[in-house]
Amino acid sequence: MKNKLLVCLLGVILSLGFSLPSHAVELDMYYPIQVGGPLAKIVEGMVADFHKEHPGIKVKPIYSGNYSETMAKTMTAIKGGNPPDLAVILSINIFTLIDNDAIICIQDLAVSKEDKVWLNGFYPAFMLNSMYGGKIWSVPFQRSTGVLYYNKELFKKAGLDTEKPPKTWDEMVDYAKKLTKRDANGNVTQWGIEIPSTTAPFWLFGGMAIQNGVNLMNQDGNETYFDDPKVIEALQWWVDMTKVDKVMPQGLIEWGTLRQDFLEQKAAMIWHSTGNLTSVKKQAKFDFGVAMLPGKVRQGSPTGGGNFYIFKSTVGEKRDAAHTFIKWMSQPERAAEWCIKTGYVGTSPAAWETKALRDYVASFPPAAVGRDQLTLAKAELSTHQSERIVKLLNDAIQAALTGKKTPEESLKDAQKKADRILKPYR
Amino acid sequence: MKLTISTKSALHGSLMLLPAAVLLATFTHIPSVMTFFHSLFSTPTGRHAAEFVGFENYMFLLEDDVFHQAFVNNLAFALGTIPTSIGLSIAMALWVNGKIRGRVLIRFSYFLPTMVPMIAAANIWMFFYTPSYGLLDQFLGLFGYAQNNWLGDPDTVLPCLMVLTVWKEAGFFMIFYLAALQGLPTEIYEAAKLEGVGRWYYFRRVTFPLLMPTTLFVMINALINSFKMVDMLFVMTDGGPDNASNLLLYYIYETAFSFWDTAYAATLTVVLFLILAVAAIVQFFYFDKRIHYR
Repeated sequence: MKNKLLVCLLGVILSLGFSLPSHAVELDMYYPIQVGGPLAKIVEGMVADFHKEHPGIKVKPIYSGNYSETMAKTMTAIKGGNPPDLAVILSINIFTLIDNDAIICIQDLAVSKEDKVWLNGFYPAFMLNSMYGGKIWSVPFQRSTGVLYYNKELFKKAGLDTEKPPKTWDEMVDYAKKLTKRDANGNVTQWGIEIPSTTAPFWLFGGMAIQNGVNLMNQDGNETYFDDPKVIEALQWWVDMTKVDKVMPQGLIEWGTLRQDFLEQKAAMIWHSTGNLTSVKKQAKFDFGVAMLPGKVRQGSPTGGGNFYIFKSTVGEKRDAAHTFIKWMSQPERAAEWCIKTGYVGTSPAAWETKALRDYVASFPPAAVGRDQLTLAKAELSTHQSERIVKLLNDAIQAALTGKKTPEESLKDAQKKADRILKPYR
Repeated sequence: MKLTISTKSALHGSLMLLPAAVLLATFTHIPSVMTFFHSLFSTPTGRHAAEFVGFENYMFLLEDDVFHQAFVNNLAFALGTIPTSIGLSIAMALWVNGKIRGRVLIRFSYFLPTMVPMIAAANIWMFFYTPSYGLLDQFLGLFGYAQNNWLGDPDTVLPCLMVLTVWKEAGFFMIFYLAALQGLPTEIYEAAKLEGVGRWYYFRRVTFPLLMPTTLFVMINALINSFKMVDMLFVMTDGGPDNASNLLLYYIYETAFSFWDTAYAATLTVVLFLILAVAAIVQFFYFDKRIHYR
């Protein structure tokens, strides 16, 4: 009796063992959340869909804070010898990751014809921050550009044409003057324009430089042009809006609460990431519009946001699995889904050809503004020692906005320090 | 071989000390020495190994104006928070030591901020300071004041953080003073009463001197805290605007975990260690002579 039972049990165990597919490949993925909305749920939902199609691979998405926290966690994990298999990290961290010998070149993985088509399918503007030494190292995922959100109702009240958002700097300041309202005591109750100056002021400032005809750095990431007269002029314009035109609050404007200012109608126009589009759409109790950023000599914006990276320590079948997952996530249908649910810009022209996204644009035209701006977009500030260089520029912008230094002084200081840091890379 | 009694007891003693010594060495002494050692090298990256650079990192420190600012900020922060929280905690302790109604409730409410984690407290205070929606601005708005960007203005950001820190710490120090007050002999008070001594005079000449051992303890703790409590910076300011609220430990974190310049972070750590060591030595040797221990 006892023996029979044992045999039975053994049989069950054996049949279980054989009926299971060979063990699933497990992947750890770090991912950040930088903007509002239920992004964690969306990521998990997409991963679950992936598991249905690829039962042999198990991806474990690990929420790792905002972009800088995700980078800090990843680097700590690398130094501790236990990195994740793949991660979504800012595209501008590419130099740091390569300098630390942490990631693999994805172009080297993509050898099949199909893979080559895949890598060539993205918008060229998004690839500017994904390349190093002429090769593609990372794959665009949650990418954005900066756009101008404007409140159509306040436009109407101020007698402005709701279908003609400002196209130039002068026009925008002009509009902003009409949109700034003061009470009897002279206190401002409604600001014309707000541009965020905490967390990552360098990003939209890069847009101002581009709009003034220059960019902040070279493609090799070993030179910056902070003291270029055009760059100084751009910062002066920003400062003047707070001090001379008085259409923007003095001091710093919080990145995190800016959307709230817009939703509460305290700011008639704001510059922000397209990544906020869906949550603004859901929460705005008024009619709003989205436009490309205005220009001085040209219009334009830096691209922004995060890319997929695969780490060096991810080898063998794990590397293939990571490759499969990234490819799956950037399929047109997935990119379209991600774009609709978040507002991040669909990363390939094919995504915008899907029925889902075409329908979405038809019902909500602002969604296409980020895409249309891509033809004018340039690389965002990315260099060797990016974190340090970015902080130098952030500090310089904040010093000028808070009146501690003039734009010229602060940018010249920042350039001097940047030169010292970047010299070894030239 | 036969052991004499004295070597035996020495051996016995050393063995008793061994576990603690091993732990201390592993987690305190060896890392300290290694930190100093690393500060003499350049930062290794995946492609370049560390090189011996002597005191180059220390030379850079002299010209690093962010370090200078963080240092000055930290001094201001210490001066702004330590005397205030000590004064406040003595006052609170004296108040809740008396026979008053709802004593337990008041003691509890004074101690409450200490129990709230710093990150949570920082989030609450962030709401107070938020321009235009924040509690402070809404309150001031009632009197017609315009909105203020408390944490976004380099002139107000550090004082704002000091207020939060004092609020957070005073209740904790109050507990020590309360314990000390309850240990004070009542005979002295009765004797002083017979002599017709005023309350302020009694506090100045009797209570305060008798509390000095506690004050020394609290002062050292407050000093250490003023250099090591930087949690709120992560939530509230990131050391900004333009480093106006940057403190030494936060700068070390930034250098190590955001810039990945571990060698320079080691250098900064050595300097912070020296500052704290000097402060502790001064406090022990200078004040110890002036303190009356019973």
